[in-house]
Amino acid sequence: MNKYINDFPLLLQKDEKNRRIDYLDNAATTQKPETVLDAVAQFYRTSNANPHRGTYDLSIKATEILESARKNVCEFINAGTENAVIFTKNSTEALNIIAQSYGSTFLKGGDHVVLAISEHHSNLVPWQIAAKAKGAEISYIYTDNSGIIPPEEIVKKITARTKIVAVAYVSNVTGRINPIEAIIERAHKIGAVVVVDGTQSTPHMPVDVSKLDADFYVFSGHKMLAPLGIGVLCGKKKLLENMPPFLYGGDMIEYVEEQTSTYAPIPQRFEGGTQNVAAAAGLSAAINYLNEIGMSNIQKIETTLTEYMLEKLNNIPHLKIIGSNKPEGRIGVVPFIIDDVHPHDIATILNADNIAVRAGHHCAQPFHAHLGVSSTCRASVYLYNTMDDIDRLAESLKDARRWLGFGSKRIVH
Amino acid sequence: MQGGGLALDLNELYTEIITEHSRSQKHRYLLENPSVTMRGVNPSCGDDINLSVNIKDNIINQVAFTGEGCAISQASTSIMADIMEGKTVDEARRLIKKFIGMIKKDVTDEKDLEELGDAAAFENISNMPARVKCAVLSWHTLEEAFNKTKS
Repeated sequence: MNKYINDFPLLLQKDEKNRRIDYLDNAATTQKPETVLDAVAQFYRTSNANPHRGTYDLSIKATEILESARKNVCEFINAGTENAVIFTKNSTEALNIIAQSYGSTFLKGGDHVVLAISEHHSNLVPWQIAAKAKGAEISYIYTDNSGIIPPEEIVKKITARTKIVAVAYVSNVTGRINPIEAIIERAHKIGAVVVVDGTQSTPHMPVDVSKLDADFYVFSGHKMLAPLGIGVLCGKKKLLENMPPFLYGGDMIEYVEEQTSTYAPIPQRFEGGTQNVAAAAGLSAAINYLNEIGMSNIQKIETTLTEYMLEKLNNIPHLKIIGSNKPEGRIGVVPFIIDDVHPHDIATILNADNIAVRAGHHCAQPFHAHLGVSSTCRASVYLYNTMDDIDRLAESLKDARRWLGFGSKRIVH
Repeated sequence: MQGGGLALDLNELYTEIITEHSRSQKHRYLLENPSVTMRGVNPSCGDDINLSVNIKDNIINQVAFTGEGCAISQASTSIMADIMEGKTVDEARRLIKKFIGMIKKDVTDEKDLEELGDAAAFENISNMPARVKCAVLSWHTLEEAFNKTKS
């Protein structure tokens, strides 16, 4: 039994049949430990006021909580002195800010934006819009059949015409850790700016943004134990300072006159409107929780779970793992299909055993087209999962084909 | 308490009618010179069907489809094609309305549901909210196809 599970009240609940939920949809969102839930409640109980506004003590307290959360985020990803951390709603919002405020401002006709074919729609659609508005083109780094980016693709696709490279550190479909250092090195060599989507990397491995030298790095809090509705845009100050704001309004201004306005400095310039301080407090508590275990230890825990899951799934007849079926170079995200059973039916069958997985295209339709599958099932682990969770998944999957009429049906009482 | 997994019974969902229809090839082909074709998609789960219909003198002679999706969406399409062939467009529209009514639990009288034939197998799909859109996809698509011929 994994001892961390005891910190997560939702995971300890039992259903009518006395079963815990077997939660394996962690690439979509994660459950929250008591300390995070407490931090959110504590803010509203003791410190709720509008930050950055009031001159009274309570407002100052709210401001301090927001700023101390920012400091904690900076240290967690080692933002260093070159970068600033801006709070957003999630990765999607952060990527839209970059595509609109940087992309639409600095792209010119004929420029290339280079994406990996494996990108989540949130790191793809905003670039389509920005590129189209400026007459720029999108070109793709293609993976091989296992979802791995070959080194020659990086050199071939990032060319003198490339102005922006936007790539996920880790694929949300295959769990593959992309060769982000090589991509950044190549892009910087030809003078392109690199946007790293850290949504699936930040929760699962140590990340050092300064060392990576990424120009922009984004992630969502809710995929790393924090509440919904808080995300991070970390960017180089020298780039952020030249970008127009994204949301105009309160909190992001310096002086407002009847016809013109000037804007607040970074990071407030990109934080229009009242910020979600409670969620920021929750994110800070989540970071404390992760730090206490240690990101390297979390990676070890998850590697053990992933190895076990791959071993189990590789042994189920008619089941095919999409991408690599080996534990190296990945996180614990495992997509799979079963002969003759649609992924959506698999998810329904697993749900009957109180097992939660994702089915569909995982917001990555071009990648599924590239891999030649229309949809997959995806099981993804986090630090609180247990070997028993994996056993339950494997047992339930063994029955999937029978429910669809292949072989005799299991009788459920 | 955790919801979701409790109200559903897989034995009720994956009945023989549904699993057999989900694999049926009877209506799975490309229609030559169809009166109308219409694509229906559930973007969240990837059900994607292309429906083609032959209508002559207001009678539906043939319903065919290609595409892919879960067992529920494919079975529902196959069953619907069976029911609709030989019906007038007006009758078909009425049956679509009745099917949707059954799913929404507005139409519950067993006698009233008899004319839906095998499609009555989806009567309790509303107990499984995540799968409702799979069951109704082809029926909505057929209705859209009729609307297309009108305009």
